[in-house]
Amino acid sequence: MDRNQSRRQVAAMKQSLFDQGLLDEQFIQLEELQDDANPNFVEEIVTLHYRDSSRLISSIEQALKERNPLDFNKLDTLMHQFKGSSSSIGAKKVKTECNLFREYCRAGNAEGCMRSFQQLKREYAALRKKLEAYFQLARQAGPQETACRSK
Amino acid sequence: MDNGCFSSPKRDFPAGLRVLVVDDDPTWLKILEKMLKKCNYEVTTCCLARHALSLLRERKDGYDIVISDVNMPDMDGFKLLEHVGLEMDLPVIMMSVDGETSKVMKGVQHGACDYLLKPIRMKELRNIWQHVFRKKIHEAKEFESFESIHLMRNGSELSDDGNLFAVEDVTSSKKRKDADSKHDDKECLDPSSTKKARVVWSVDLHQKFVKAVNQIGFDKVGPKKILDLMNVPWLTRENVASHLQKYRLYLSRIQKENDQRSSSSGMKHSDFPSKDMGSFGFQNSVIKQQNDVAIDNYNHSDGSLQLQNVETKSHEADPKGIVSQSTIAKKGRILTGNIADTNMRESLRVGLNQTFPPLESEGNHAVFDCSMPTPYSWTEVPHMQLKEEHKSLVYLEDSFNQLPLHGKQQQHIHVDQSQSVASISSAPSITEEEAAACIEPKPLFADYNNDYASSVSSTGNAVATFPIQPGSLIMNGQSSERISTTTSGLKTQEYNNLSSISDQEIYQRNLLGCEAASASLDEDLHFYWLEGECYNNMNFGLQNIGMSEYYDPGLISEAPIHLYDSADYSVMDQGLFIA
Repeated sequence: MDRNQSRRQVAAMKQSLFDQGLLDEQFIQLEELQDDANPNFVEEIVTLHYRDSSRLISSIEQALKERNPLDFNKLDTLMHQFKGSSSSIGAKKVKTECNLFREYCRAGNAEGCMRSFQQLKREYAALRKKLEAYFQLARQAGPQETACRSK
Repeated sequence: MDNGCFSSPKRDFPAGLRVLVVDDDPTWLKILEKMLKKCNYEVTTCCLARHALSLLRERKDGYDIVISDVNMPDMDGFKLLEHVGLEMDLPVIMMSVDGETSKVMKGVQHGACDYLLKPIRMKELRNIWQHVFRKKIHEAKEFESFESIHLMRNGSELSDDGNLFAVEDVTSSKKRKDADSKHDDKECLDPSSTKKARVVWSVDLHQKFVKAVNQIGFDKVGPKKILDLMNVPWLTRENVASHLQKYRLYLSRIQKENDQRSSSSGMKHSDFPSKDMGSFGFQNSVIKQQNDVAIDNYNHSDGSLQLQNVETKSHEADPKGIVSQSTIAKKGRILTGNIADTNMRESLRVGLNQTFPPLESEGNHAVFDCSMPTPYSWTEVPHMQLKEEHKSLVYLEDSFNQLPLHGKQQQHIHVDQSQSVASISSAPSITEEEAAACIEPKPLFADYNNDYASSVSSTGNAVATFPIQPGSLIMNGQSSERISTTTSGLKTQEYNNLSSISDQEIYQRNLLGCEAASASLDEDLHFYWLEGECYNNMNFGLQNIGMSEYYDPGLISEAPIHLYDSADYSVMDQGLFIA
């Protein structure tokens, strides 16, 4: 019962992440890749992503500080990488924010970039927090079956 | 590693497909690795493009397909794509989180056989084996068709140069050549149809060929005439025809390289149009189109499929389009004169025939983009290339060099070889640092240029176009038939696709005044492509490095008719002869 309950909770949490538009199909893909050979695949991937993305966020922050003028090309490149990394775990909202940021870059809109970046950081932090909670719960609930996705 | 040939499903294909994944994003690298493993593929991951290249070079036959990201810090994904195409001739799939049409287009142009958007789904990866298989199939087909053509051809030995059959011959022979080289290289596919009448163009043979060509005069050269002059009993008109094609390609490629070289860091589209070459440019562009089409056709198994591909526009959202685009691109990549190390050797071994056609396509390509007018010694180009793409160049030169030096493939006389020999003589071993080798031909060219200019100028078109596009033989009847065929093919196929080309296409048609012989259109295109491919492999690849980058559909439309300066061209030829 407990186990089932936990599992249902985990499932519900995951579902809400999707409903809120925080995650997309890629996350399910990751779950499908998880198997006996890689029982913690999803979490490993997410951890890898965190490492890469936090490095990129720092770089972007640094680049944003070097004003007068802002190096939009550099920012765009960094954000492109960040977007790629976000796409790897299916971070939907974060990706959208990345696109916005890049548009501002291309338009040369420094204000827009700053604002967008702040928003992006918020989204990123929010997702990270939720995912951590999710994984914690998932671990507690024990090994689950891989996600079944309706094709 | 075994030969990695998937000639038939008996090997449990596609299981075990050896994939090399290159991506600077560690997260994606891990994901892709897992996905590919789930497809039962053998995966090697790499986060640096340069490292990937060295891995590929280390084991020429160690991988079946490469998947690479577009944006990488140490090397542009497209560049890697070019290298792989040139040196290893493997199918390459590009991927990016960015799906802009321009990027996808670029991928196709550079020869990618597919372009995937991140996030990549597993089902997309499951099917990548098709690119490998398709290639093999093509090679086999080439060979088989050659076989049958060869038989037919024997029966029509006396047929006039200008007839359709001759064109077919050329086509089939080209196919054969390509198939030959491919076969040699990959030792795949149906063995029954392989190794039939493969002509090995030894140094001597090639010398005879070149002499004959010179004797006849570029503007009047034709396979039959050359054959007669060469007086080699066992040599067929077909052999000569394809060899001639390759030779022309080679020359055009050289020309291209020279131009590139002179225009410093090559690939300047702007340069190209600015050059006043006369009809060449146009032809080149046409040829390019042809090549593209050919490539496309080639890439896809056959006939109808080819056409479809050709006509498909590339749309991001349209997988088919993308695929066809990528196939085109793939071919294009090859055309752009990739220097395939082993391939080159293989191709050479197979016969010179194969070397030339690619040149042509390459030539078109290159010509398109670079400014030709200045007679550049081809070595110069490599030099420039060296700077730009140090490794790859060296590689090419190296492999190229190897041929004559090691005497391994002595027989594979390849125009390139002779040329390289000539140019390399001063620096027999082309090392990575070596630009010296490149220097040699320069003076030769310079001399030739002067000598030739006068004689060439009269022939004008003929000469210039000669090397550029075997197909567009304005110069001789033989070529023209090919050209017409290609032209028509181009027209119907390529034309449909590339509206920008339309002007040129029309132009060319008018210029050539040939009737389109659509019958063997596909074949011709196919042929072109094949030739190009072979040639690329064989080609010293100097030009390659920058070629694909230069390729630009936009260029086609603006490409003036003047791709090559006739004088330059002749210089090239002369230079070659000297070797």
